Amino acid sequence: MTDVSPSMPASRSGSLSNAASSGSGLISDALADRLFSWLARGAALLTLALLLGIIISLVIGAWPAISQFGAGFLTRNAWDPVQEDFGGMVMIYGTLMTSAIALIIAIPVSFGIALFLTELSPVWLKRPLGTAVELLAAVPSIVYGMWGLMVFGPVLAKYVQQPIQSLVGDAPFLGALVSGPPVGIGILPAGIILSIMIIPFIASVMRDVFEVTPPLLKESAYGLGATTWEVVWRVVLPYTRTGVLGGIMLGLGRALGETMAVTFVIGNINQLSSVSLFEAANSITSALANEFAEAAPGLHQASLIYLGLVLFLITFTVLVFSRLLLMRLQKDEGRRT
Amino acid sequence: MQPNSKIIGKKWFMGAAALVMACFVSAQAADITGAGASFPAPLYARWAADYNKATGHRINYQSVGSSAGMKQIEAKTVDFGASDAPLTDAALQEKGLIQFPTVIGGIVPIVNIKGVAPGQLKLNGQLLGDIYLGKIANWNDPAIAALNPGLTLPDTVIAVVRRADGSGTSFGFTNYLAKVNPEWKEKVGEGTAVNWPTGLGGKGNEGVAAFVGRLDGAIGYVEYAYAKRNKLAHTQMENQAGKFVQPSEASFKAAAAGADWTKSFNQILTDQPGEDSWPITAATFIMMHKQQNKPGQAAAALDFFEWAYRNGDAQAGSLDYVPMPQSVKDIVINLWQTIVDTSGKPVRK
Repeated sequence: MTDVSPSMPASRSGSLSNAASSGSGLISDALADRLFSWLARGAALLTLALLLGIIISLVIGAWPAISQFGAGFLTRNAWDPVQEDFGGMVMIYGTLMTSAIALIIAIPVSFGIALFLTELSPVWLKRPLGTAVELLAAVPSIVYGMWGLMVFGPVLAKYVQQPIQSLVGDAPFLGALVSGPPVGIGILPAGIILSIMIIPFIASVMRDVFEVTPPLLKESAYGLGATTWEVVWRVVLPYTRTGVLGGIMLGLGRALGETMAVTFVIGNINQLSSVSLFEAANSITSALANEFAEAAPGLHQASLIYLGLVLFLITFTVLVFSRLLLMRLQKDEGRRT
Repeated sequence: MQPNSKIIGKKWFMGAAALVMACFVSAQAADITGAGASFPAPLYARWAADYNKATGHRINYQSVGSSAGMKQIEAKTVDFGASDAPLTDAALQEKGLIQFPTVIGGIVPIVNIKGVAPGQLKLNGQLLGDIYLGKIANWNDPAIAALNPGLTLPDTVIAVVRRADGSGTSFGFTNYLAKVNPEWKEKVGEGTAVNWPTGLGGKGNEGVAAFVGRLDGAIGYVEYAYAKRNKLAHTQMENQAGKFVQPSEASFKAAAAGADWTKSFNQILTDQPGEDSWPITAATFIMMHKQQNKPGQAAAALDFFEWAYRNGDAQAGSLDYVPMPQSVKDIVINLWQTIVDTSGKPVRK
């Protein structure tokens, strides 16, 4: 392996340079080799530099807001462009809450889809169904947003929100969760739309990793008399959990960053008056998309950039957290064998 | 084989390079660039296309939003900026800019109440402000009934809808409310984005229209073109003269004619005097530098706007914008004489 890989690019770039310099031998193979390794290293470093550059420019852009509001920005419930009084709590809450709802719905459903496709589905159905799930991922997010606003919202309001409200509206804790106008616009509809959007991502990753579970392990379990559920739960899932977790994190990343679909159905209200899931709110991405173009330079724009920085940190934290989790899982595995 | 393909490759490359160069040269010679407000963008695009057909000159307008447009014209990266909110005379002086209006648009409240036909419901500024403040929360409120004696209004909660994105439409609307409703002025104020006390935010005119169409008992505001094309139930508004008027091209024009354009173009056309004036009317503006480093570019831009003033009314009408009255156009064309090059000569002969 180590013998082959360096010679591959060398011979390739060698033939390329031959074609380019019409065989005058300007660039020797050794030089081409080194050139290629520099280029590859440069590409890697460029990515790092870009990442750093983005963070630095975000911090610079947000600096007026950071120095004005400090870390208290994260917990302030205010958004008044006229008085120049800003706080990010509503948007941060909206982003986290909708993503949480999306994951709560998407994980079990995706697991079900992957389980069905790998273990239960008749062979002739596997391919069309798998393709259909993958196609869902290709639908542009604005289509989900418009569908959510025009079609899904009214249905949710009439057949889910209103019955639930009349059923548990007076209960002490549940009642507060479902108070507010049942119009199909708010945190819950945004979370559900997001879950529909991330299900194909999580499901196809789960299916792929379930499929690479060695048949030997599964057959042995079946041979010992295990049911399908037991095989999946005790054999397939433990074997593939790093992959499954990766798929979930991919979905979470998409949910945190989704903009267009959310802005259509979340209601875009910069106030937080209750914990109700039916209440309209705002998310970081939605606020940015809506207000950035017309935001006056100064505190308003700085506050929006500050929000962007917060989103960056949230996704970064999620990434680090999932890496740590994966490392832990791998360590556990090592201990057991 | 190899030399052959090499020669072809070389030729191809030179051809491509020549093409790129040609593009650059022609871009420097004729392209006028502008950036700013999204509200008049469809019209500017239409004007630019027709102007290109008529004269061969190209106008490149970027619909990036009023604030971004102001930033670009101040940095002199574009030949003209466009904004829905006029600058004060002092601000113009300080930045060395002049501004002039291009077209007028009307902002129209729309409602979705069962049994209420378009143009039936009457509102005034005080009421509209109180509704948007959340103080009047039901359609059967006696204050609404007092203005609408013949109309039976249902016992329905008012669902307030407004723009979620910063927009010139919101600026006109909040500016009007701040003028006629003291409590609105004190608590909320005016701007392209404000701290809305209540209501759902729809993205763009179409978002607001969709929310109002869907929610029973909703009220929202959109540009006139939107209300007209989507056959939404608009309201009548009481104007400064105490008359109830319907939104129409004539009532927007009346509002524009009522303003005194001779002294300053810093005219916000909301709550204008005049019996026929629609109270929530807004003009959209072009900003240019008073002193031009590139007089040729400035003259070309002004030629475009003169062409639009003279030949562009029909296109404006077909897109449901209202052209400026002739009297205002004449003042504007005169004003252009004050745009000079670095030696102080007017850029236009």
